[in-house]
Amino acid sequence: MSFDAAYQSKSFNSVGTRPLRPDGVDKVTGRARYGADFNMPGQLVARVLRSPHAHARITGINAAKAEALKGVKAVVTAADLPDQTDGDAALFAILDNCMAREKAMYDGHAVAAVAAIDEKTAKAALKLIEVEYEILPHVVDVDAACADDAPVLNDTIFTQGVEPAPTQASNVANRAEFGHGDVDAGFAKADVIVERSYKTEQTHQGYIEPHACVASCNPDGTAELWVCTQGHFVYRQNCADLLGLDVSKLRVTSSEIGGGFGGKTHVWAEPVALALSRKANRPVKLVMSREEVFRASGPTSATSIDVKIGATQDGKITAAEATLRYTSGPYPDMWAELGAMTAFAPYDLENVKTVGFEVVVNRPKVAAYRAPSAPMAAFAVESAVDELAQKIGMDTVDLRIKNVAKEGTKSSYGPVYGPIGIGPTLDAAKSHPHMSAPLGKNQGRGMACGFWFNFGGQTCTDLNINADGTATLAVGTVDVGGSRASLSLIAAEELGIAYEDIKAVIADTATLGYNDMTDGSRGTFSTSMATISAARNAIEVMRQRAATMWDIPLEDVYWEDGHAHAAGTKHGNRAPLSVKEIAAEAGNTGGPIAGHSELVADGAGVSFATHICDIEVDPETGSTRVVRYTVIQDAGKAVHPAYVEGQYQGGAAQGIGWALNEEYVYGEDGRLQNPGFLDYRIPVCSDLPMIDTQILEIPNPNHPYGVRGVGETSIVPPLAAIANAVSNAVGVRMDHIPISPPRILATLNAAQG
Amino acid sequence: MVDVKLWSGLRPLADDQAVVQVEARTIREMLRKLEERYPGLAAPIRGQVAVAIDGVIYRNDWSRELPEGSEVMLVRRIAGG
Repeated sequence: MSFDAAYQSKSFNSVGTRPLRPDGVDKVTGRARYGADFNMPGQLVARVLRSPHAHARITGINAAKAEALKGVKAVVTAADLPDQTDGDAALFAILDNCMAREKAMYDGHAVAAVAAIDEKTAKAALKLIEVEYEILPHVVDVDAACADDAPVLNDTIFTQGVEPAPTQASNVANRAEFGHGDVDAGFAKADVIVERSYKTEQTHQGYIEPHACVASCNPDGTAELWVCTQGHFVYRQNCADLLGLDVSKLRVTSSEIGGGFGGKTHVWAEPVALALSRKANRPVKLVMSREEVFRASGPTSATSIDVKIGATQDGKITAAEATLRYTSGPYPDMWAELGAMTAFAPYDLENVKTVGFEVVVNRPKVAAYRAPSAPMAAFAVESAVDELAQKIGMDTVDLRIKNVAKEGTKSSYGPVYGPIGIGPTLDAAKSHPHMSAPLGKNQGRGMACGFWFNFGGQTCTDLNINADGTATLAVGTVDVGGSRASLSLIAAEELGIAYEDIKAVIADTATLGYNDMTDGSRGTFSTSMATISAARNAIEVMRQRAATMWDIPLEDVYWEDGHAHAAGTKHGNRAPLSVKEIAAEAGNTGGPIAGHSELVADGAGVSFATHICDIEVDPETGSTRVVRYTVIQDAGKAVHPAYVEGQYQGGAAQGIGWALNEEYVYGEDGRLQNPGFLDYRIPVCSDLPMIDTQILEIPNPNHPYGVRGVGETSIVPPLAAIANAVSNAVGVRMDHIPISPPRILATLNAAQG
Repeated sequence: MVDVKLWSGLRPLADDQAVVQVEARTIREMLRKLEERYPGLAAPIRGQVAVAIDGVIYRNDWSRELPEGSEVMLVRRIAGG
């Protein structure tokens, strides 16, 4: 990478201000085009037939009657999506999840799809498709799936990571261990030991916009896809791989996105829409209903976690251990491993051991959800740390500060930390007025820390200087949280022109080089790096053009404050040339002016946050009210502080919902009982207080402006912070998320005998 | 010479070694030599591996130099939301 990404301290003109987002007016007036807003002439409507069984062998599908129905243009099954994955297990899991092949693995698993001239016909056709199932025993609970007598979902899964290798198939796909030191020796030194088991239920990202796309396959072998996604380049690759298309022949355009949070990093319906379009030779629109989103897109893991922490009476942790079991849906993945990596990351521990078990169950394929796997691990660990502080009789913040990780600490997942920001967030929490504010009746206060890795990735941008001196910035990372605003601020900063003179757009896959997805909190971190690089390349072109306009050597021209200046006394009487003046002459000085950048944005650096919350509990009903909530997190440099605050608040809001109400409820038959927002309760504005934020700015040494990703970490502490608050309010340790009113009442009743 | 630490999942593919010494200047050279010595690592190196240098995780920048005395560890290439 030729671009020097090292941090350089500087003062800013645009960065750090709070202008309106460029996409704001369109969004509040309804003009913004989301996935379902795209239409093509002659498009068909697609509907998907889904398994009503949690686990069943598909012994036959007869679509003849559906195909014969007037208005039906295509019916597809797994036979229309042949396996072209060439032994790639992860890709095969995506294929099998998009359309069940031999077995339906969960309630809602797609088994066939129809494209028809209208919705009514498509729905009627679904009823005419005859599917023969051989119903198999199912298991949805994580602990039940680990039991010796559990029905085995996949007889080719033998637990990896154990010695000796097992000879019997099981639902435990993988064992992953992290840590260092000797935990047994550490526990032997402890004066106090806390040991407890925790559970968290499965939740959905709850994005407001369902998955939606329009697919159009052409007779010449080319295809187009308009889709709501977090990563249209990755969708292009996945769809091309699954359908056997050349990548260059599939053009994918991303729509505005009504939330993703990790759930739109995977293809679900898109390959099916393309297969239908290919078969029908017409454009096909496929929009998932809310029920389908719940039943058949990717929620997070349900978990079961055991934690043991020992400490001396003065609060020094001597050993920490956790065993984490995470569901992954029917296909093995890395979710437990991530939980095991993140569990004790905020702490400096001499003896630590975490073991993660990846468990397959008859639930939808798990997808990433904002700092995936970390919130559940943090819930368990931070609850135990709180309990430890109470047992020792030590302030809970002080206990954390005493054991906090810092530069030089060997992290619980392996590497030694460089400069990190967990200490400053705890110091800020300690001195925050929230920590010392009085509590009312039936109220409790909780706090917790959270960790997430963050990452960067492949990134490509184009910056075009227009003839009037404005600039168009084309980026390939989907704007999920205001990145067009932050990237426009960055471009304005580098070029020295006004924020309003930058137009940032998300380019489609045919007009810009490859970009990784917007995930891992990388949108502004990565693309701002590429934007700085592109802008500096454009400035270099403008220096050349100024030299041409002045007819002086290039080395006598320098760039400062958005202008080309002639250097030294020889040319000192020349008035500086602005971007506008240079752009106006572009046609006669060499043609269009542009800057391009392609790079790998690496070195994102890890991220930490500390949250504080006050909860009031009604002891008669078990209902809860979030009274006050504070987020403290390091942003490196907040490019657009309002949207950084928005990320902090959004993560906290989602975490509050997860902690207090949200949960997938399965019946004895393995069917999801609450696939809708009436029965799956996410928080709305009236459920939440104003969420206070405190942005710390500890520059990231691996970004020119010091920027860190901020999108994910804020969802890590809330589960634990709220559990601690409720536990403190009711005087009983809450160990099962969500801490819903029935669960609180049951706990209180049990405690009262 | 760099001491490269392997996360537990990789160790069975590298003769159960937790630390492997490699003569390498860059991540790319280090990964290539690891793969030559332990062919079983070839599959995870293609897409499952990231490299932590002094605690900072690199997922793609294989030209990154390995500074003398730095801590180098292969870690899981993680997913994000």
